[in-house]
Amino acid sequence: MPDIGIEIGVNGRLRRARVEPRLTLVDFLRERCQLTGTHVGCEHGVCGACTVLLRSPGEDEGPPEGQAVRACLVFAVQADGGEVTTIEGIATGAGAGTGGAEPEAGQLSVVQTAFREHHALQCGFCTPGFVISVTAFLRDQPNPTDEQIRDALSGNLCRCTGYQGILAAVRAAADNLRTDGPQTTTQETR
Amino acid sequence: MKPSSFSYHAPASAKEAVELLAELGDGAKVIAGGQSLIPMLALRLAAFEHLIDIRDVPGVRGISGRDGSVSGEAVWIGAGTTQAAIGRSALVAAKIPLLARATPLIGHFQIRNRGTIGGSLAHAEAAAEYPAVALTLDAVIETVSPRGQRAIPANGFFTGLWTTALEPDELLTGVVFGVPGGRAGFAIEEFSRRPGDFAVAGAAIAIELAGRNGPDPRDAPVSRCGIGLFGLGPTPLRASAAEAAVTGTPAGDVSTDARAREIGQAAVADLESVPSDLHGPAAYRKRVGAALVATAWLRAISEALGEEAVSA
Repeated sequence: MPDIGIEIGVNGRLRRARVEPRLTLVDFLRERCQLTGTHVGCEHGVCGACTVLLRSPGEDEGPPEGQAVRACLVFAVQADGGEVTTIEGIATGAGAGTGGAEPEAGQLSVVQTAFREHHALQCGFCTPGFVISVTAFLRDQPNPTDEQIRDALSGNLCRCTGYQGILAAVRAAADNLRTDGPQTTTQETR
Repeated sequence: MKPSSFSYHAPASAKEAVELLAELGDGAKVIAGGQSLIPMLALRLAAFEHLIDIRDVPGVRGISGRDGSVSGEAVWIGAGTTQAAIGRSALVAAKIPLLARATPLIGHFQIRNRGTIGGSLAHAEAAAEYPAVALTLDAVIETVSPRGQRAIPANGFFTGLWTTALEPDELLTGVVFGVPGGRAGFAIEEFSRRPGDFAVAGAAIAIELAGRNGPDPRDAPVSRCGIGLFGLGPTPLRASAAEAAVTGTPAGDVSTDARAREIGQAAVADLESVPSDLHGPAAYRKRVGAALVATAWLRAISEALGEEAVSA
């Protein structure tokens, strides 16, 4: 089972490695890039904790940062030539050019800010996946209904919050993104 | 868990891919989006010595209209086209509405960003949406092998649990959906415990009425109907007897609640091998299936009659 040489752009930095074909993208990010913000939960595509943005090699349509995917359901070799954005690359000023293990302090994104303000996390294990999923969702659907928000969140599991804080955070983030930038808000989901 | 070890191949052409399949035999498996295959590998439900990734194979992605001077208008979708791309396609929404309406029911949006239509069909999960839609619409599945190309009608493609008519050295390259010419209506309904789960049961309905411009569509006979069932057997199924009973009947006669419930009952009446598991015993699944057929039937016939706008 020969190792394969790969090159993947991760948060703007090119990472080269030789990997076993069975190495999943999430294990590549955590173990080879030391970017442990992306979490490993179920390892079979159910929980969403490992969600990252992936621009596949040869993908010539769509947004430059790519689409939200399960990093446990992509082998690192499949992402060869692609671009990945992890939770470490979401905050403004973080990611590009950092050493990986200790990303530069940056300014939280609108989605991250809304999660903090609306108590959308407790233990935080699922949060990176939620933030990535919501970031992609609001990019593609900037004016969602509550029903669309619920549907978009259905691919990420949280065992702490009961989801109400998360729903409120996404609602607030959507509203704040539409009004160009983070603002403190007390809007509720319902 | 972690998948067991395998060798990875990324052939640059379909020819190279099928030569690899022929050479490597049973130990090789094609991978596209991997959204069904990788979970099976991770759970060690499956293991392969070789994975053949079709990411670099040209000509197996995209959506395009086919001029059908011989067999009618059609839409071709490359096997490697993602479910997300199908969901965004204006051509699919306009020409193959059943496929468009089925797409948001598949997994979650993160899964649809990777999962492909060819993968869905080749994986042939009995409770999945695309196999049932292909069957309901009499789609044609295109393949290539070292012996050349082949076109396999969907009604002969799904041969058993996770089993298809694909030969071990055959690559699914695309699928062709015919476009109905006249009055038609389509609907898909499924029930699952949580959004994104496999359906406990599901129904896909396609109805075409005879006559493009008759005075009253309610008098137009049903010229073709497809009643597809999923989650109700080892493969997706067509309720052929129920379809035959309705075909030729004036559309107005099969558009009532009572008739829809009868059609739903008839569709599940002869089912054998209905799965029974912790999500529900066979009898429950049949009841759910009958109710879903009835609901989908009403929506589809209403759309065919132009009586209400049915949204995806």
